[in-house]
Amino acid sequence: MSTAAAVSGRSEGLERRLGAWKPVLIAGLLAGFVSLYVTLVGIVGTFQEREIVEDVVTVGEAVLVLTAVLAGYVGARRAPGGVLNAIVGSALVGLMAGAALSLLIILGPMVDLRAYLPNASPDLYELISGAELLGVEDARDMWRGEAFPITFWFPALVGMSLGALGGLLALLPRTPRVLILVSVAAIVGMGLFSSILRSPMLQRDATAGIARELFASNGLTITGVVLILGIVIAVYLVHRLVQPTRRFRALPRETQRHPAIVIPAGALALLIVLLLPLGFTGFIPSVIALIALYALMGLGLNITLGMAGLLDLGFVAFFAVGAYTTALLTSTGELGIAQWPFFVAIPFAMLVAMGFGILLGLPILGIRGDYLAIATLGFGEIISILARSDLLKETIGGPRGILNVPKPLASVGVDIPPDHFLAGPNQIYYISLICIAVIAFIAVRLRDSRLGRAWVAIREDEDVAEALGINLVQTKSLAYMLGAAFAGLGGAVFAALFGSIISSSINLNVSILIVTIVVIGGMGSIPGVVLGAIVIIGLPELFREFAEYRFLLYGIALILVMHWRPEGLLPSRVGREALYHEEQTMEGEPSGPPPPDPADIEPATSSSGGA
Amino acid sequence: MRTTLRTRRAPSRTETAFEAAVSAFLWAFRIVLVLIVVVGSVITISSGKFTLETWVDLVVKGAVQGGIYALIALGYTMVYGIMRMINFAHGEVFMIGIFSGYFAAEILDELGILNANVVASLFSFLLMMAIAACVSTLVALAVERVAYRPLRNSPRLVLLISAIGASFFLQYTVAGLVGPGIFRYPTIDILEEKVGLPVISALGMSWIQVVVIVSALVMMAVLYLFVMRSKIGTAIRAVSEDKQTAALMGIDVNRAIVTTFAVGAAMAGAAGVLYGLLFGQVQFYTGFIPGIKAFTAAVLGGIGNIPGAMVGGFVLGEAESIGSLLIIDGLGVPGSGQLKDVIAFTILVMVLMFRPQGILGERLSRSRA
Amino acid sequence: MALLETRNATKRFGGLMAVNDLTFDLDEGAIVSVIGPNGAGKTTFFNCIAGFYQIDEGSITLDGTEIQQLRPDKIARLGLSRTYQNIRLFGGMTATENVLVGQHQHLDASWIHAVLRTRDQRAEEAEALAEAGRLLDYVGLAGRHDRLASNMPDGDQRRLEIARALGTNPRILLLDEPTAGMNPAETHEMTALIRRLRDDLGITILLIEHEMRVVMDISERITVLDYGQRIAEGTPAQIQRDQRVIEAYLGRAAAEAEAERVEAQAEAERVEAQAEAAPRDTQAQDESAEAQAQASADPATKD
Repeated sequence: MSTAAAVSGRSEGLERRLGAWKPVLIAGLLAGFVSLYVTLVGIVGTFQEREIVEDVVTVGEAVLVLTAVLAGYVGARRAPGGVLNAIVGSALVGLMAGAALSLLIILGPMVDLRAYLPNASPDLYELISGAELLGVEDARDMWRGEAFPITFWFPALVGMSLGALGGLLALLPRTPRVLILVSVAAIVGMGLFSSILRSPMLQRDATAGIARELFASNGLTITGVVLILGIVIAVYLVHRLVQPTRRFRALPRETQRHPAIVIPAGALALLIVLLLPLGFTGFIPSVIALIALYALMGLGLNITLGMAGLLDLGFVAFFAVGAYTTALLTSTGELGIAQWPFFVAIPFAMLVAMGFGILLGLPILGIRGDYLAIATLGFGEIISILARSDLLKETIGGPRGILNVPKPLASVGVDIPPDHFLAGPNQIYYISLICIAVIAFIAVRLRDSRLGRAWVAIREDEDVAEALGINLVQTKSLAYMLGAAFAGLGGAVFAALFGSIISSSINLNVSILIVTIVVIGGMGSIPGVVLGAIVIIGLPELFREFAEYRFLLYGIALILVMHWRPEGLLPSRVGREALYHEEQTMEGEPSGPPPPDPADIEPATSSSGGA
Repeated sequence: MRTTLRTRRAPSRTETAFEAAVSAFLWAFRIVLVLIVVVGSVITISSGKFTLETWVDLVVKGAVQGGIYALIALGYTMVYGIMRMINFAHGEVFMIGIFSGYFAAEILDELGILNANVVASLFSFLLMMAIAACVSTLVALAVERVAYRPLRNSPRLVLLISAIGASFFLQYTVAGLVGPGIFRYPTIDILEEKVGLPVISALGMSWIQVVVIVSALVMMAVLYLFVMRSKIGTAIRAVSEDKQTAALMGIDVNRAIVTTFAVGAAMAGAAGVLYGLLFGQVQFYTGFIPGIKAFTAAVLGGIGNIPGAMVGGFVLGEAESIGSLLIIDGLGVPGSGQLKDVIAFTILVMVLMFRPQGILGERLSRSRA
Repeated sequence: MALLETRNATKRFGGLMAVNDLTFDLDEGAIVSVIGPNGAGKTTFFNCIAGFYQIDEGSITLDGTEIQQLRPDKIARLGLSRTYQNIRLFGGMTATENVLVGQHQHLDASWIHAVLRTRDQRAEEAEALAEAGRLLDYVGLAGRHDRLASNMPDGDQRRLEIARALGTNPRILLLDEPTAGMNPAETHEMTALIRRLRDDLGITILLIEHEMRVVMDISERITVLDYGQRIAEGTPAQIQRDQRVIEAYLGRAAAEAEAERVEAQAEAERVEAQAEAAPRDTQAQDESAEAQAQASADPATKD
């Protein structure tokens, strides 16, 4: 009897101790899942081509290594207290991350996984089993042949060590940990950017030598890595000793905003923005132009989504209207009807888009929030179907589209020699910049006006706004109309940038891209939208291998941003406050209809008994 | 005091003119739509271009397509009912169902079971449905756990954007895992045969078409009973009605929501197999458009209403199938088939405009909801 | 003719009659309270007047215009404004901006004027801003104009809701429990403010209130609802003597008080040391206080 109690007591204690490790085990399972995911979805394989440090580590390898280290870091944080427990926990999670790949090595070939998941290729097995590092000759058979036990254990053991490393990182005091993380981030970042930085530097004699020292043809050189580490430490020391940001923040607000600081800083920023594309050659200027174009469209949607809170998933509809109108009016090809100058066509395109905005908007703007999203999505689809259809083929060319849309300056008869700095995408860049300035100006002016306030009011609480005398349909339709006009402007510039518009450019992904830009940058925030365009458009354009995984990463980014920072990366004050505020008031009222006071509708059962 | 506080009194006047213009516009919009439908139909019917067989065939196809819409729509309608959000990822859950069925069928085919004999084929079919339902459910629960549950108390816009993120994540995960190509579904031969039964043979239906319609009806009935009769079904209805009160009454809100997602996803997964067998191919973005159309069906029938999803699905299927020929072709538009999808989205917009509560939906507490 | 007239208004939620055949007059310049036990349909009645719900039967007229079919913004334009039981401010805006939103319908400048910032628009904005400032000072929020609404304490938020409603320049103001959650001093200030709204600005006041002292103190007439129906109407003195009201209130309240007493006793037996401080639901406490006020018909609270 007493022994049984003792046993059960002991097992209870054991259970409790095991219970404390449950979060660690869950983290381990998740880590294993993530490492399988990144390999099988093809990210690791695709990024094998690009190296961070030449002949040392590729991007693909870095993804796996960082997964294991991060897993270890999480494991250490979740383990029950104590240094030893943290190390054990991190190693365990790292082990599980690696063990998942070990299982893949055995089971993959056994069930002929490749027939279903093409990424489970011999190359992948070779990579994750460390064939090269271990010097296994017959890579093709290694997971069956003599080397098998080693290759099987390799990912698990490596995962365990990397996990422990991550655990150590978690145990380090803040300063060295931050230093290490920043160094790693700097090396990975510079490694990714190396080819982009290298080619313009090679073209100038002054910088060519440096470029050769730092950058290999693919990734960084060892010298480069050392130099980056040196710079990171130097910057850190300077920062530590001088503390410029803290000193600046400590200054009174008036001093921070003093013209002597603001004007030179603004002028410098303007100069950088204006001269930006001149420093690059090759495909970079067109990437910059594309970023500017998407920033312009993002700012247009920012009025609808960011300010008025209308989730418009049909942006592409007005984009298409603007692009096709401009193409029809300016094209010198067979489908062109007027051969107007670009600058005359633009206001016309905007007006037509605005007209479509009213036409499509009025019937649906009385609908509440999320229905609006799906209705606008429907519009986007209708327009893209129409663009492809035989119905309009004779007017807008169907899949072949409208060609020979002249560059803006060419359309007004200004001949530019091909080597002039305005010849290529740069003129689109400058036109986009002007448009961005205009839209930003309009947005700022409206924000502090009757209309802007009404938009914010509608976004925060539609019912109360209406009860204060705001006509919802009219106010929303203005936002929708302006958004449509700027979408049309974006389409017009798009047609000029590519010199044509074809029906395959008109698809849902355009809408999603722009929504992503606005949401990730920061709803309602102009700098946020620009940052969003740089991140969402710029990065994938710079890393072409990445193209396949663009939308995958956008999807993840959208979820994560909504999770951790629903106000976006660079939020506006209003957006930030609004979201937090809404979170509080929405708790009991997830539904749109006004809150019927439950106590007021239903007679409380407890009190009716006495009546 | 009065004069020092106030500066002006009269409300601005532009609004009334605007209101009048809007209502005139909306009337014109309605009239044009009705005219298009009537004129198109009259021309088509009077031209006698199409035989009765064509129409019967279209009706059958519409019903079959509608059955699939209805099954997907259930997931939308239940999730909307309980969480007041459009589960954008539901179309992807459906697509994953199609793929799961595909892989199951491939393996069964390799093992020589798929078309061995009638019993084996039937077993294979049921197994495919079960596997697809399970995989879809797992995926939907993972999405709910990761993308929705942490945001349950956030503004609806946040939840909606997260749902769009989840949708893209699933789509491109599948593209990454299996590749972006088109996958041809293996056929189950007996399902391709024409039905030899008396009445049905007159309609020229194949077994797969019959199976789709019958399984849609059966699953719908089972689901209805589940929601109306079972304990957890009652909990789901209570939570749909009022989350807070339900929680106060001791109902496990979490469990109700999770069950809703699971049931909806299982239906979508099963619908995926039916879709695959019916149309014979699948690609990573196959789920998106049917997903949105199924949402249209849910809205059409009355969101949150299970029989409504059924009715909406069938109505939408028929409208698409018949409408493209009846209306668009009648107006002399080339390539009427291409514009099939336009009909669905036009219906969506029209329902939202004129009868937002749907065919079977109750009026929400505020008539303009 | 009364300023606001309700004739046989009925609002159903499913089978439940939230407002049942209600006929009600509100004379211009009056201060009238609607009281009734929890669930009597008071807030629903407000929602029907303000256009949030559409009544199923009957009519509501505001100064001769039928409003039961109108949207809330139209009703606001006719001069009716309201506050909310669970405060619903625009939390991301400052106090001033909240009031400016209230002034929306009195501003004319179109968006083009706003973009060009024409002289008219600037003048209008300046005027509106000045008026917002005056309104905020008037309700007692001087020096707090630029605070974010969500960061204000509850009492200030209730004042801000009134200022925002005043921005619409109402003839009738519906106040839904304006003193909920306030301490006696704040309650007193709020009562004074409500009275000033009528005396200074000539605004007709209709309020829902639970605090009987406030109701008896401020109201000229009182309407009592129970199960969506009007069970009594009259001056505070009449209401206090009305048998049906006492029954409706006392019957329930007494039963509740009894139940609570038993519960408290049980609690006391369990935790002897804390017998005095047996934890109670604040809501129940309020109600029992209310019941006491009713039961004793305290002469001190009479006009």
